[in-house]
Amino acid sequence: MTFFNNHTKLFSSALALFLGLTLIVAIFPALNNQENNAPLPNALPLSKEAIAGKQSFIANGCVACHTQQVRNVDMDKVWGSRPGIAADYAGISRTDFWRNTATLMGTERTGPDLTNIGARQPGIAWNLVHLFQPRAVVEQSIMPAYPWLFEIKDVVGVGEVEVMVPDKFRKDIKGKIVAKEEALNLVAYLQSLKQTPLPDGSISGEFLYKKEPTQAGNEGLLASNLPDGQVLYTQFCAACHQANGEGLKGAFPPLKGSPVVLGDDLELFVKIIVLGYDARAEFATMNAVGKDNKLSPEEITAIINHERSSWGNNAKPIAPEEVKKIVDFIHQTENQK
Amino acid sequence: MRTENLIGESGIIITIILIALPVLVASAILIARALSVLKNYLKKQELEKFNAYLRNLPQEEIERLERRQKELEFSLSNTELAGKNPPVDSKGLISYISDAETFRFVEQKKKSQPRPYVDPDLTKLILWYLGCATFWLLFGTTVGEYLGIKFVAPDVDHLSWLSFGRLRPVHTNSVFWGWASLAMLGLAYYVVPRVSNVAVASIKTGYASLILINSALIAGSTCLMAGINNGGGEYREYIWPVMALFGIGVIISLINFFKTIARREDKEIYVSNWYIISAMMFLLVIAFIAYWPSWQNGLGETIIQGYYMHQGVGMWFMLFNLGLMYYFLPQQLNKPIYSYSLGILAFWAQILFYTLIGTHHFIFSAIPWWLQTVAIVGSVGMVIPVVAGTTNFLMTFKGSWNKLSGSYTLPFYLIGIVFYFTGSLQGTAEAFRFTNLLWHFTDFTVAHSHLTMYGIITFMLWGFIYTIVPRLTRKEPPQITVGAHFWLALIGLLFYTVPLMYGSTLRGLMWMDGKPFIESVDLMAPYWLWRAIGGSLMWLSHLIFAYNFYKMVQKKNEIIIPDSPLEILEAKRKLTTESLA
Repeated sequence: MTFFNNHTKLFSSALALFLGLTLIVAIFPALNNQENNAPLPNALPLSKEAIAGKQSFIANGCVACHTQQVRNVDMDKVWGSRPGIAADYAGISRTDFWRNTATLMGTERTGPDLTNIGARQPGIAWNLVHLFQPRAVVEQSIMPAYPWLFEIKDVVGVGEVEVMVPDKFRKDIKGKIVAKEEALNLVAYLQSLKQTPLPDGSISGEFLYKKEPTQAGNEGLLASNLPDGQVLYTQFCAACHQANGEGLKGAFPPLKGSPVVLGDDLELFVKIIVLGYDARAEFATMNAVGKDNKLSPEEITAIINHERSSWGNNAKPIAPEEVKKIVDFIHQTENQK
Repeated sequence: MRTENLIGESGIIITIILIALPVLVASAILIARALSVLKNYLKKQELEKFNAYLRNLPQEEIERLERRQKELEFSLSNTELAGKNPPVDSKGLISYISDAETFRFVEQKKKSQPRPYVDPDLTKLILWYLGCATFWLLFGTTVGEYLGIKFVAPDVDHLSWLSFGRLRPVHTNSVFWGWASLAMLGLAYYVVPRVSNVAVASIKTGYASLILINSALIAGSTCLMAGINNGGGEYREYIWPVMALFGIGVIISLINFFKTIARREDKEIYVSNWYIISAMMFLLVIAFIAYWPSWQNGLGETIIQGYYMHQGVGMWFMLFNLGLMYYFLPQQLNKPIYSYSLGILAFWAQILFYTLIGTHHFIFSAIPWWLQTVAIVGSVGMVIPVVAGTTNFLMTFKGSWNKLSGSYTLPFYLIGIVFYFTGSLQGTAEAFRFTNLLWHFTDFTVAHSHLTMYGIITFMLWGFIYTIVPRLTRKEPPQITVGAHFWLALIGLLFYTVPLMYGSTLRGLMWMDGKPFIESVDLMAPYWLWRAIGGSLMWLSHLIFAYNFYKMVQKKNEIIIPDSPLEILEAKRKLTTESLA
């Protein structure tokens, strides 16, 4: 065909086809999305520290292993209470003239999703140890260590934060491990990562591909109707208290042989799980694990019973009704505040 | 675990079989030995009896045996039909006369054929491109190998410049923009003028392009390790001033090629040039859109990211390589392409469907649902160009399969074509909504990108390089190391990808089951080890490739004893003129 024997005509028609399709599937949708979405009115802007922390998150390429997107599928429920929507990203604009917008949605989950990490894992002490040496708190972790965000000092200055690293991971370190500003900023950024609830309290979009609910055993046993305590413990507690229940010296108290876990003061136990705890100076502050992660009374019961019966602990199981009463009471007093 | 169940455990069964194997072999050897001693003893007795018979052998029997012996020794003189004349091949029909005088460890493969004439300056330019590409292959995959090790030994170093998040883009960008892109451009400097039947428009600007691209890579890799990146989109980690250097480099070569084609002597534009010129135009379009520094807020970034990274793969690497394949495959098989029109159909279908599929990396994300659906439909549409292309290549191969075993370049072509089919269709399968549940965010994607960027692109490029460099330099690589390169790369790739895909499937199932995340990290540990092993084999094969490349281009003049009639006559002429002078 003569048309195809003319190089100008041939190549300009190929280019035109490509450009036309590009306009339809890339440029128009991108423009439309950046013009017609606004952040949720109750979304909190990042603090100065968090903005600086986001810069080190970008610089160190954390997005290579951590996504920041909750998909509208059931399996992503563990990463957030609702699927992500365009408004969640609408407030993010170009970093600067030299660098592009960092929505940091990511494409790989070699490590966990971080959309809601600020609610799931807000403790500064845990985050700092974890950045200094991830394997000090999560044995199987393959995350890189970031020791250059810390410095070794003889004396901890005013306003500085010392990091309690187990002896095993501080060989050849003589002084005290102190977090540099960059580490504190990075933690501030991680703490700021929380899903913003929709203003009217509704849940946007459904989670698709729901799991078939498994038929509960009909023996009528209490325990068999409860969720798996060990799974919940691994998910919500083990990062600090460790899989063996022994905690970390100087940072997180042991649950093995703990009077709170084994004792009869159920109200205190449930309160700690729901609202967190900061009564003992030698340990780090515990965050409101139950409240932040919206744990149900059944889930809390399962965790309690797992803790009371593992690692040599041997106390009698608790019924979910008792826990429910306490949880309801906590919610009432919380609401009155 | 109860002991009575132990025998049913697969681990135990395997161990038992493994231990039993040598024992069984040893007893078999023992029995065979005993039997042979016994047999020997019986034979000896039989021989003694026979000797007794021989001692009394009658004279006529001896004569009969001697006569028979003479009859059996009769043979033809081999000159019954031809007479005493020496053999003549007056039309030059017979070539590659092989005589089996020497013992051969490897089969003698077909040597490359000299080209009529290639401008030595152009040869030099092409070799510079391919040499730089080889360097970036070594650099990029050394980094990749190190990253693979970090999955197994995360505390191998604690330096910020070498931390995983910073090095990963160094690996991907070096092999993309350094190795594959420079190799493709270098090969295009050979193909574009050749199929246009004219000299290339400008050799000088070819060097400008090469220098710009190399400086983009050096600047980009340094920036990434120093913590300066564009904000996280894959293959878009270089900041725009760095990528601008690369883009200008491509523009210079594009103008060069376009001018060359404009001056062509044939009326038609061979289909290779369709693919090559389009790939270069499209790359510039997507880089310009993705890097223009004043837009893409919010989800705009994500939509452009999906578009950019997938067009980069499909419209730059794939389209360009297909173009090269349309030249090199018929060339190597010494026959025309099976169907020229199928190549043209694949060309337009590739543009039509591939452009749509970018956002299939963000299925179920917050980007518009209709855009996700378009991407899935486009991914299915990709079956058309892939099947058209594969059919075309395989049908060209048809009838020439016998050439495969006699060539050290064709196996690279075939593997490239096979992976073109499987790798591309795997991509289609991955785009479905259900498979996204299972495989998205896992290392399955990493395995897929290696099957395609390595299995398709890199294998094809190696095939092309082994085809033309010996023609340009008249130096063949050692056959045995080419074979080692091929097998190490192929086996390494399979060790890398198969365990990774299997482990990732299990990991996806675990996530769907709602198991704690850290258990899925634990699960992956052995598969990550396999990946490091496979990666090491691949890396080793690159060292061998670099050695082969060196052998093909080294300046050192070997002492060549002339053996073809042409060479012998040439040498004789030379000697005569020398003695005259």
